[in-house]
Amino acid sequence: MVFKELVLLFIGASLVNNFLLARFLGTCPFLGVSSQVKGAASMGVAVTGVMLGVTLVSWPVYHLILAPLNLGFLQYIVFILVIASFVQMLEQIIKVLLPALYKAFGIYLALITTNCSILGLAIIMIQKDYNLVSSLVFALGAGAGFTLAMVIMAGIREAMDKDAIPVPFRGNSIILITAGIMAMAFAAFSGMVPM
Amino acid sequence: MSPLQKFWSKAREGLFRQTPPLFVVLGLCPSLAVTTAAINGLVMGLATTGVLLCTALVTLAIRKMVPSEVRIPVYTVVIASFVTIADLVLAGLVPPVHKVLGVFIPLIIVNCIILARVEGSFTKDQPIEVIGDALGWGLGFTWALLVIGTFRELLASGSVFGKVMMPEGFVPWSIMQTPPGAFVTMGFIVAVIQALRSYSAQRKKASVTGKASKQAEAEAA
Repeated sequence: MVFKELVLLFIGASLVNNFLLARFLGTCPFLGVSSQVKGAASMGVAVTGVMLGVTLVSWPVYHLILAPLNLGFLQYIVFILVIASFVQMLEQIIKVLLPALYKAFGIYLALITTNCSILGLAIIMIQKDYNLVSSLVFALGAGAGFTLAMVIMAGIREAMDKDAIPVPFRGNSIILITAGIMAMAFAAFSGMVPM
Repeated sequence: MSPLQKFWSKAREGLFRQTPPLFVVLGLCPSLAVTTAAINGLVMGLATTGVLLCTALVTLAIRKMVPSEVRIPVYTVVIASFVTIADLVLAGLVPPVHKVLGVFIPLIIVNCIILARVEGSFTKDQPIEVIGDALGWGLGFTWALLVIGTFRELLASGSVFGKVMMPEGFVPWSIMQTPPGAFVTMGFIVAVIQALRSYSAQRKKASVTGKASKQAEAEAA
């Protein structure tokens, strides 16, 4: 029973309420870093990792420190600091321990602090009052959905580079319209999870 | 330059020349998410303007004391504090709109427009310019969101600010209210702006070359 709920939560976060296409969280990297499949996949994996890490830190911070002290209104300030310091720390750790990985993910990590999907995830997880396990599954689902949408978009863009697009539509315009069509496709998942 | 001129030269930059998200692609997430109706766009824009202005004032007061190595975390905390205030104020003043805007009010913290203005103007310009800059960019963002919101509300439900505007028999385009509608609308708006820009650039070029050839003719004569 519990397992079933967690699976539904995962599907809900990754497909039905996809962070990029249904919640509009993280649109900047969606447009900026989706020109190649490899970069898009790296960004997706980095975002998923940070989402899991931030959940692991910010859930206890909220439920063990802020909530008992009645300081819930401080959550935005605390979360943005948690995210900024977590990302910076992760960057330093990876730089020292795994230089090869740092080469592949380095620039994406620095961009992640201002990625609204991370702060959005932390706030939604508190709003919905998930427990720690559900929060982690939610973060994993959100990251998987983010990665999926990024990779699909990058694949379409790689193919689109060869097409003759009318001049005014080149650049961000055609990407946004493509995202709209992708969002329509993802809207078809909405029957999968009872809302 | 008089103070008023300084104020205006900064304000018009955000108001007309680089208005986000129409002319510069900044702050796209809220622009897509909250523009389902004109009122939502307006409230979001004004909230962002308020946060920008308050951040500008505090930045002016503390910028000489903040070492440049830690400026980003310091200003982020300033922004986050004012966003918390804006969140509580909106929850008290306009509860229904606050509910619709939801998570996008706290997400003003990571709206790139604000940190971009802090870095680009607030930490180095004269006070009068900083205030002009904050108001210009904030109100520019507000009118852009209002335009997108009005457009989407008009097509999605045939009304603007809740008042029916379309003739009877208008079939609402319900897709305009959904995420695909947001992406496609924004895509077309960007395309129209690009088309207008290249058209005006061509006309400018044509008029310049036209003048040059006339001048050459006159000289030859």
